[in-house]
Amino acid sequence: MKAGSSLLLGSLSAALIAFALTSPRVVAADKVDPAADAKAFQNFFFQKFPDVKHEDFVNGPYSMNEDMKRQWQEKEEFPPYEFALDAGKEMFSTPFKNGKTYADCFPNGGIGIRQNYPYFDTKEGKVVTLELALNRCREANGEAPYSYVKDEMASLTAYMAYTSRGKPMDIKIPDDPRALEAFENGKRYFYTRRGQLNFSCASCHVQSPGQRIRAEILAPALGILNAMPIYRSEWSGMGTTTRRLMTCNSQTRAVPLEPQADEYRDVEYFLSYVANGLPISGPGARP
Amino acid sequence: MKRSFPLVMLLALSFAPAARAANEADYKAAYAAAETASKEAAGMRNQWTTTVSTLAAAKKAGDGGDFDRAVAAAKEAEALAKASIVQATSEKDAWKAMEIR
Repeated sequence: MKAGSSLLLGSLSAALIAFALTSPRVVAADKVDPAADAKAFQNFFFQKFPDVKHEDFVNGPYSMNEDMKRQWQEKEEFPPYEFALDAGKEMFSTPFKNGKTYADCFPNGGIGIRQNYPYFDTKEGKVVTLELALNRCREANGEAPYSYVKDEMASLTAYMAYTSRGKPMDIKIPDDPRALEAFENGKRYFYTRRGQLNFSCASCHVQSPGQRIRAEILAPALGILNAMPIYRSEWSGMGTTTRRLMTCNSQTRAVPLEPQADEYRDVEYFLSYVANGLPISGPGARP
Repeated sequence: MKRSFPLVMLLALSFAPAARAANEADYKAAYAAAETASKEAAGMRNQWTTTVSTLAAAKKAGDGGDFDRAVAAAKEAEALAKASIVQATSEKDAWKAMEIR
């Protein structure tokens, strides 16, 4: 009886010690720590693809496949996004009806600032993307907003990205619980499976970069937004980050959300933050 | 006894659950159930494109008076919507298993 009681007491003590040891780890794992997430995210790709130069991840599928990379480098001599760049430059400098321009809405006149978008607006309590900021600029100056998906918006962001090429992504997360929540929501969106095909963003861009999905080579998630906007041969035209996210949804047979939905803004925030330090390479060209 | 056998068979057959053609009421009930499930999935921000297209196919068949086809499509749409609800519910926690740590 005594031996039985001792055994029971011993087991109980061991269980309590085990619980005490594991509890802080559970709490720590649930704490939002963007810096630790970004470090783990980058290390995952650096270790998975040790031969890829870190700054090369922003070139998507071309960083994964030498043949494709050579073809792309040749195409870059006469890039398919050039017409959008020219149009974007002209639009950017053309005054609105009230005489103001986009430059009046952005820091540094909008030149060389792509790496700071999206940012968390502490007044609004939400993430503001470059596309959203551009349309807000238009509306503030009495102009109708552009479609978030293509054409004018892609041209404008192409020009702004081009003026920022080579600058390291530099997304800030202010000391604000709402900013941490937005980051966490973006992370959840990125890893959540959806659509009839039961895919998450990570299914393709974390688990399978470099693999073929039908005729395409999947890009790594690391630095995937640094190249936005992109000219896609599949689209026969330019597309924005919004277009890319909505297309990914429909490809998994999920109904896309509305452009600039909170989820899209947050996932852009998450993906851009974890790519901090990698250069802006947009506008890009993809098959 | 021998004479009553065909009669029994006839009665049995007449009461057997023979597949009957669906009517408008069947369609409306099936469509309403599918629509309810579809709205729930949309509310969870996890609507599937196939639910929407199958529900639309049900409506088209129903509007055209093809109630057999309409009921079948509505039931399929309901099953798709329910599957998307299960997916959204399980992913509330399951996503963490995919996270890079």
